[in-house]
Amino acid sequence: MSARQGDPIFEAYLAETTQLIEELEELILVCEHEGAFTEEAIHEIFRIMHTVKGSSAMMQYHNIAALAHALEDLFSLLRERPSRQADWSGISDLMLEGVDFTKVELHKLQNGEPADGDASTVIAKVNRLLGKLKDEPDAANGAGGAAASDASTAGTSGESGSATCGSGSAGGMIADPGASDGPRHFAARLIFTEDCQMANIRAYQAVFQLKDRLLDYRHIPENLLDDPDAEAVIRDQGFRLFMTTDRSRDEIYEALSGISYLKDLELESIAEPDGRCGPEPAEEHASRDSPAGGADGGGTDGGGQPAGKTAAAPGRESRTPAQHGTTIQVNVGKLDELMDLVGELVIAEAMVTQNPEIARLQLEQFQKAVRHLQKITKEIQDKVMEIRMVPLATTFQRMHRIVRDMSRKLGKNVALRLIGEETEVDKSVIEHITDPLMHLVRNAVDHGLESAEERAAAGKPETGTITLEALNSGGEVLILVRDDGRGLSRERILEKAKARGLLHRPEADLADREIFQLIFLPGFSTKEEITEYSGRGVGLDVVQQNIAEVGGTIAVDSAPGEGTVFTIKIPLTLAIIDGMNARVGEALYTIPTTSIRESFRARAGDIITDPDGNEMIMVRGECYPVLRIHRLFGVEGGRRNIEDGVLIMAEQDGRGICLFADELLGQQQVVVKSLPRYIRKLNRVRGISGCTLLGDGSISLILDIQGLFNMKHEGEDCHVGDRTERNLAG
Amino acid sequence: MSETARNETLLDEEDSQRDKYLTFVVDGDTYGIEIRYVTEIIGLQKITPVPDMPAFVRGIINLRGKIIPVMDMRVRFNKPFREYMERTCIIVVDIRNLSIGLIVDSVAEVVNIPAGAVAPPPELTRRGNRFIMGIGQAAGEVKLLLDCEKLLTEEETEQLLTS
Repeated sequence: MSARQGDPIFEAYLAETTQLIEELEELILVCEHEGAFTEEAIHEIFRIMHTVKGSSAMMQYHNIAALAHALEDLFSLLRERPSRQADWSGISDLMLEGVDFTKVELHKLQNGEPADGDASTVIAKVNRLLGKLKDEPDAANGAGGAAASDASTAGTSGESGSATCGSGSAGGMIADPGASDGPRHFAARLIFTEDCQMANIRAYQAVFQLKDRLLDYRHIPENLLDDPDAEAVIRDQGFRLFMTTDRSRDEIYEALSGISYLKDLELESIAEPDGRCGPEPAEEHASRDSPAGGADGGGTDGGGQPAGKTAAAPGRESRTPAQHGTTIQVNVGKLDELMDLVGELVIAEAMVTQNPEIARLQLEQFQKAVRHLQKITKEIQDKVMEIRMVPLATTFQRMHRIVRDMSRKLGKNVALRLIGEETEVDKSVIEHITDPLMHLVRNAVDHGLESAEERAAAGKPETGTITLEALNSGGEVLILVRDDGRGLSRERILEKAKARGLLHRPEADLADREIFQLIFLPGFSTKEEITEYSGRGVGLDVVQQNIAEVGGTIAVDSAPGEGTVFTIKIPLTLAIIDGMNARVGEALYTIPTTSIRESFRARAGDIITDPDGNEMIMVRGECYPVLRIHRLFGVEGGRRNIEDGVLIMAEQDGRGICLFADELLGQQQVVVKSLPRYIRKLNRVRGISGCTLLGDGSISLILDIQGLFNMKHEGEDCHVGDRTERNLAG
Repeated sequence: MSETARNETLLDEEDSQRDKYLTFVVDGDTYGIEIRYVTEIIGLQKITPVPDMPAFVRGIINLRGKIIPVMDMRVRFNKPFREYMERTCIIVVDIRNLSIGLIVDSVAEVVNIPAGAVAPPPELTRRGNRFIMGIGQAAGEVKLLLDCEKLLTEEETEQLLTS
């Protein structure tokens, strides 16, 4: 099995299977949440496993295919008797185990490694469960008329079930007086072609297609799906099917002859079906018996299932079909390229329409065409951005799994509530926040929520709630991770911060919020404390770093006994921002509009200069530092007199700063490009987050407001040139 | 020339490109650069300065939507900076998938210098010599042949040494 990167079939397989497995996981979690697998869900899971099996076998990933096959068998069984009361949570566990295995294998394939995992443990578990499930109905069916309570004992008694004779139920069916004008009996022998793969599956399909027209049937070999010898038997002796039906011989013949890979078909009438005894017929009955079973008052069987079905069906059903076939997966790299091209298109358009050679001509038709062109380019630009936006739903859904696994492991009851999962963010943002979110959710379950006893003692509901909420707020998306647990302990954080030497200010000076913020400091928590220390802070500095990478921030707030809220603020998109362009000398700068509060002209008397030469200005009673861009970046030319230029007040995290520029050029959407690799390699450019191309092809540098604040704090003597210039000016 | 077109040309003309150098003049000296690195030669463009850069990096330019850094070869060779003039050119080179523009006083010609006519550089005496991989002779003139990779990487070692 070699890596097949670049092979379109392989790529398609990976993409499709990954998507299916994700769907499957979500589906299982939904079902588990509802407490039952609905008929639709079982069909859906069966369909997914069937597809995965088929495509994996085609790609020669036999371990994935074998596992999918086993799970498919399991659900094919469940599908045939939807009203059965099964150990759903056991099945969920098993399915998720299968999901995880497949995910790992897919991941290996993605990285060009062979899919060499061993699925046999999981398959063995599936088969054990399958065997158990198969054994149950015999007793249940046999007891159909008598005692329903037997079902539970039969279920646990395991092997004994297979020995039970199915005649009871079968007899019951045939004896049904209103059945027909005399049921007929047929015996068929189906011979499949030599090249037919998985003859037992074909035989099973034949039975499946036919059984609606049959009153009763049985076949040899009896166990088609998980008897390893079944295929060989069918190959050697053909597949023999004994049927009792009220349909005509011709109809049955016609139905049977429609089966694919059929080489030979014998169908003969027989007087009386031979003695039936064995698990298979009884099992097959179960599907048809089920409505009757429910009506019989099969106890819990009939009662629980339909209710669950109706409850869960609408939500799931309405979404699933729409997801198939309407989505495709696209390489993000291609989207990036597309975005670049659109950026160039916009510039090229400006170069054509504002060409100096036609600037003075009166061209009415041309101007009309230009407007049309501009409209289309704008639409393309919007669409490309839209394509890059993905809802947070997938990321949020993943948390279900984490909460589920964690709550089981820790024995806590946890409910996860998702709000605003349809909120969309840029694809590149999603990639960066998934891990931090997982980390926060894990922390919330592990450390944030108390145990059930503790909660009960505190008068809280035993089930803890974790809420994941996303909402749009201006150009940003807020993601809140909230728990209703014990909250952060101010004292313990302080104690720990002191012990680790992280506290640099007197305790009394610190507000609660500032103390809580300490947990994001590197070195606040170390690994060995995960187990013994009940506070938070396990690697939260990493979380903060990850979020900072996409230009986001994180804050925490907490109230003792009421819970903790982490608030993550991230920009909507990294690729295109709304910017205000400003000119300083010959240089152009773009300031993200979201961080601009206002712009104004100042009088020379407004500026206050401290002994170190730092300039400040009072605006409405508040004092803001003034940063002259030409000094900061050593720009030649440009206006020096504060009255000639303009001050732009930029804001970040509640702090304000006034930037001095020559003039404002206007607001526009700009495509953010990173600085060339060589430049980034040479030196970390402070105060500049990237660059962009303006309509006339000139380059504008995008100011990083956060970075400017940091520079301000680092002191200004880092720019020796500026200082001399200032001395000269002063 | 697009990337792929260039690569194809490379394949087709690998032989014909061998031993060919594009020569240019910086402060009176003629330098040569292996032709396989050269993407194109463009006239002087508007350069956007980037703060916190060493003096030889003049800034970035917009090359048809692609933003590339430009390096002043005079400053790189520790010669005094001279205002750009009409003949000033930018040679766009692609070194290990990294595009960069080299600002030179003027571009001369493409010459053929067989390997036999290249002498190893003398012992390093001046700083500017670090980038020279050999001295070539063509048509009775001496050309300093540049080691393109060093143009980009030398800075790192330099920084390590000074820090």
